[in-house]
Amino acid sequence: MVEHVCYIEKTRDYYRRAGYVRDYAWAKNVVCAFTRLTKPLSECRIGLVSTASIVRLDPRLEPIDKTQIMGSSKLEVYPVSARWPVDRLRPTSEDHDRFQTDMKDVNAYFPKDHLRSFAKEAIIGSFADECLRILPNYSQRKVLNVDAPEVLRRFREGGVDAVILTPI
Amino acid sequence: MPTVVLSNARDITAQALTPRAIFTNYPLGNPVGRPDDPGDQRAGLIEGLNLLTDATAPGVIVDSERVWTESREWMQLIFSDEQPFLSVHAEARRLLETGQTH
Repeated sequence: MVEHVCYIEKTRDYYRRAGYVRDYAWAKNVVCAFTRLTKPLSECRIGLVSTASIVRLDPRLEPIDKTQIMGSSKLEVYPVSARWPVDRLRPTSEDHDRFQTDMKDVNAYFPKDHLRSFAKEAIIGSFADECLRILPNYSQRKVLNVDAPEVLRRFREGGVDAVILTPI
Repeated sequence: MPTVVLSNARDITAQALTPRAIFTNYPLGNPVGRPDDPGDQRAGLIEGLNLLTDATAPGVIVDSERVWTESREWMQLIFSDEQPFLSVHAEARRLLETGQTH
């Protein structure tokens, strides 16, 4: 195992030091579904879903979308066209390591243009017409029962065979 | 639906137990690759795509060999009092949205 930051421990200690009495309950599962890929990547339609906070901009670079960083109890799955110009996506993230990095290069976490190139290069069969963004949410139940089924429904409808997830 | 997660947080991903994951030891916010480095970003995606085809059982985490910096200082500073993760503004909103109090 490579050296890595223990975020669960670090966040727990950090918020305890700040006086919080209740520790955050990170998702913990003992079983998970596993579906094999049944055809070569070069024949697969690939989808992308991210928790990255981004808003779309109009040609005058004014935001089209309302800035939403944290999810509510409502259904919140936001499509972004695969063809949407990457220079008209603005990061609004507060969930990244702001001392080490910024979110200016969207391709570092929302790699739709790379995946479009991969389709042209026949590394993958095709890339889905719409990418999906879901909001980070403190409710695991809501993510599992509300947002995730909608992500699955949309990707199935779009003929997607496999999905890349990029949590922030 | 087969999935692969590209993650910068190994412990959170391991505990959540995902079907397949690539862990890249970069600061949070760069699950695909280094900003302004298309070659590194493509490498991260290729690692993910390869795992989509190669994994045979759930829960596998493949550690990418890509390195953020030779120095490990950034790993020690995160969530320290010197480098609190959220800005004061973001922390205030988090409290409001979660209804948490001290």
